[in-house]
Amino acid sequence: MTAAIKPKHQRLVLLGIALVALIGAGLLAAWALRNQAAYFYLPKDIVAEPPAPGRAVRLGGMVETGSLKTAPDGVTIDFIVGDDKARVPVRFRGITPDLFVEGSGVVAEGRMQGGTFVADNLLAKHDENYVPREMAEMTAAQAKATVAETR
Amino acid sequence: MIAELGLAMLWLAAALALLQLAAGAFALSARGRELGGIVRPVAVVQGVLCALSFFALIVLFLRTDLSVKLVATNSHSLKPFVYKLAGTWGNHEGSMLLWVTVMGLAGSFVALFERRLREATMLATLAGQAFVSIGFYAFLLFSSNPFERLPEPAAEGNGLNPLLQDIGLAFHPPTLYLGYVGLSVAFSFAIGALITRDVGPAFARAMRPWVLGAWIFLSLGITAGSYWAYYELGWGGWWFWDPVENASLMPWLAATALLHSASVLAARNALRAWTVMLGVVAFSMSMIGTFLVRSGILTSVHAFAVDPERGSFILALLAIYIGGALALFATRASTITEGARFAPVSRESALVVNNVALSAILGIVLVGTLYPLLTEAFDEKVSVGPPYFNPMGAIFFVPMLVVMAIGPMLRWRGDRAARVSGKLAIPALAAAATALGLVALAPTIKPMPFLGIALAVGLAVASVLPLVGRELKRTPLPTWGMVVAHFGIAVALFGVGSDSAFSTEKLVASRVGETHAVGPWQVTLSDIEPVAGPNWTAIEATMAASHAGGAASELHSQSRNFTSPPLVTSESALLTRWNGQLYAVLGEEADDQRWQLRLWWKPFVPMIWYGGLLIGLGGLLALIGRVAHDVRRLRAEGKIAYRRQRQGR
Amino acid sequence: MSEIAPVKRAGIWLWLPLALFVGFFVLVMVGLLRPADRDVASAFVGKPLPAFDLRASIPGRPGLKTADFADGKPRLLNVFASWCIPCIAEAPQLDALARAGVEIHGVAIRDRQEDVQRFLAQNGNPYTRIGADDLRAVQLAIGSSGVPETFVIDGKGVIRHQHIGDIRVEDIPKLLEKLREAGA
Repeated sequence: MTAAIKPKHQRLVLLGIALVALIGAGLLAAWALRNQAAYFYLPKDIVAEPPAPGRAVRLGGMVETGSLKTAPDGVTIDFIVGDDKARVPVRFRGITPDLFVEGSGVVAEGRMQGGTFVADNLLAKHDENYVPREMAEMTAAQAKATVAETR
Repeated sequence: MIAELGLAMLWLAAALALLQLAAGAFALSARGRELGGIVRPVAVVQGVLCALSFFALIVLFLRTDLSVKLVATNSHSLKPFVYKLAGTWGNHEGSMLLWVTVMGLAGSFVALFERRLREATMLATLAGQAFVSIGFYAFLLFSSNPFERLPEPAAEGNGLNPLLQDIGLAFHPPTLYLGYVGLSVAFSFAIGALITRDVGPAFARAMRPWVLGAWIFLSLGITAGSYWAYYELGWGGWWFWDPVENASLMPWLAATALLHSASVLAARNALRAWTVMLGVVAFSMSMIGTFLVRSGILTSVHAFAVDPERGSFILALLAIYIGGALALFATRASTITEGARFAPVSRESALVVNNVALSAILGIVLVGTLYPLLTEAFDEKVSVGPPYFNPMGAIFFVPMLVVMAIGPMLRWRGDRAARVSGKLAIPALAAAATALGLVALAPTIKPMPFLGIALAVGLAVASVLPLVGRELKRTPLPTWGMVVAHFGIAVALFGVGSDSAFSTEKLVASRVGETHAVGPWQVTLSDIEPVAGPNWTAIEATMAASHAGGAASELHSQSRNFTSPPLVTSESALLTRWNGQLYAVLGEEADDQRWQLRLWWKPFVPMIWYGGLLIGLGGLLALIGRVAHDVRRLRAEGKIAYRRQRQGR
Repeated sequence: MSEIAPVKRAGIWLWLPLALFVGFFVLVMVGLLRPADRDVASAFVGKPLPAFDLRASIPGRPGLKTADFADGKPRLLNVFASWCIPCIAEAPQLDALARAGVEIHGVAIRDRQEDVQRFLAQNGNPYTRIGADDLRAVQLAIGSSGVPETFVIDGKGVIRHQHIGDIRVEDIPKLLEKLREAGA
């Protein structure tokens, strides 16, 4: 066969290459998504069925009032994230987001390490104008807790 | 009064868009040919009216007219002038008005100056442009009227989100919008060309400046957005694969592919159906991005902040435009004749690889962005982040970089590998030498940054090769543009690799007077004191940073409290040197008068954004070159027509 | 170009982009419609109000407690704040409801007395009682996560309906309908 492809075939070959690459990309993506997506857990889920240690997940719940403790180094904090059924100890090293306070909602990104959830990142965007989508569902539990605390 | 006037002009512009669509469509049939004459003037007037309407909204914002709901909701009389101005488009209604305005003005411009295409294709294009505009006019007028009045004027405005009170962010969204809208023009050209089956080099040349313009704005917008996230969020990262970021990246990827395939079509009349397809896809990505951000379907905002009606409206527009265009493509594309052929080793082939890789990356980003939506349909909540996007993107990005180094050296139609392999030995050697150097100096480097830095050096050398042996003054501007943009990619990649390989971080609770080492720097916390701004108060940390015993430089980092609405933000401090950036964030008071400090030394990190700027500059050079060429041609044609006229007499 | 005949076999592939787009569209429609199904509010409809006793927000109106809802008469509970712009937008509709004989109790969220007074002076005061909810405790306990929101409470103090966002003119008939149902 010569270097120049037959005219009729060139479009098919191009189409073929593009399709193979795109389908390949799709399959790769599907495989990677199954393995790399970070699942969202409520405290009760994490207690009932803990994720594999080291697997990146997200934990959403209420920061329990009175549970927040700062380690002597001044930058590591330990606190408990709970819902109406379970409580999970969380450790975080870093600067907490501005809206992070006891008694408010938080989404922690990180992984389980021997019974403690080690967070790389805390998301606490919970004010009048913004409720993380996952948090919206747990408003019931959250509301109960808030009322219990403020009474 | 101004509000009513603005609304009236918006209605008038919408009516003209309708007329433009009807006249354009009718003129395409045999009977309505004489109607074609009014299409261009109508397009011009429509754009101007829309621009005046937007100007009216700007005036309302500058005057802080609190009887207008949009102003009361988004502005505040105490806000600095520039943020009052930015408030005009820093909200849903205003940004949609900006969108139609830019679209209308672009339509005017096309109507006034574009003379290359056959008149029928031109009419179909302008009708397509009007068709797209009408949807947005309907959206504005029926569901998000920016000029709506409150029953009673508000006493004071609600303020702009303090996080958005940032000069970079004030001008970031409109930059992206200009990009999105530029792609809408490309979309209209694609529709026009599909309707008249007139896909050829003229179509590609007419479309190319718009794609280039859009691409420049998208490149700059993404660069600016990334820098904003870097210094404003205080996490030290510059890209988070957040849905909002992906919404701007996806149109860029599609536009980059379109730019390259359009140049094949313009130069060689090949890749015809594919280029038309990309014209549709690029605008689809703009619309999908807008939809994902505006509907709140992924970003999760509060129930009344997100109007389901809005999301449905954009989705309906999306379905009509994109669904319609793809159906048109499916029925027409098989009748577009095949373009010119080329050999497996040729410039065209390299550009095909580039297009396939970019499309694959686009697919990966799109799938990753939508995946949480898919799992949610099965009641499983996930988030997709860097562990997915980084390696998946790299699989296609790395081969693309290699082809990017080789492609510009190849000739159109067909080439011999042996002819270019000699020249390409230089960048290959540079990459290999860098790799060896890295292994020797930093044996613990991770594979991805290692590959990134080595490829960046190789690409940087390869990107300037097309200039070697040419007379630089006579080298066409678009060639310079390509060289600068490819070099910019290499520069940005180097910054990315260096940041992820060599960044050092320090997290401490520090008393005033204590010194901490980070990278080659000694940073002393010298003072903590309260400061106040126009609508905020803050705690400010003053730090003195010195490098290897040199003179100390001062840094100021703040934790700001805004009053209306109440919100806290952190202002990171940056110290930029030629070889990197020192980054400091002030946290909370820990206890016993210690303050949390987070310090980073990030070698060569600014190169990420310098690279982004170079990419934009490359686009600009190419655009200037193309437009200057078009202007010369228009003038020459004008002269010829003038002479003919005189001879005719 | 010599050949004009289209590549027939490629024809079917040309529909692939449209098929992918339809897939995207379906996925997004599902996502867009879902949040409505599992409205945060729905869990609280049919439940009695939690026990609370809020102090009066302004001098002219008494405070608000759970027992105020247990006198057999259905009424509206409106969650508002002086700092909220949509609350200004819904004020005429609340006034219209009050004039139609509907009793409306208000809960002011994170507000100062003088701000509430100014707000009511400007936009009208449709409320018979106004409780001050400084900690958002009551607001969260009745399943409201933003302002404004309006609840229909029946004569036994049970939540019958939740309206999220400002009340628009077209929402009034539905609210009156819900009040009638709650009274039956």
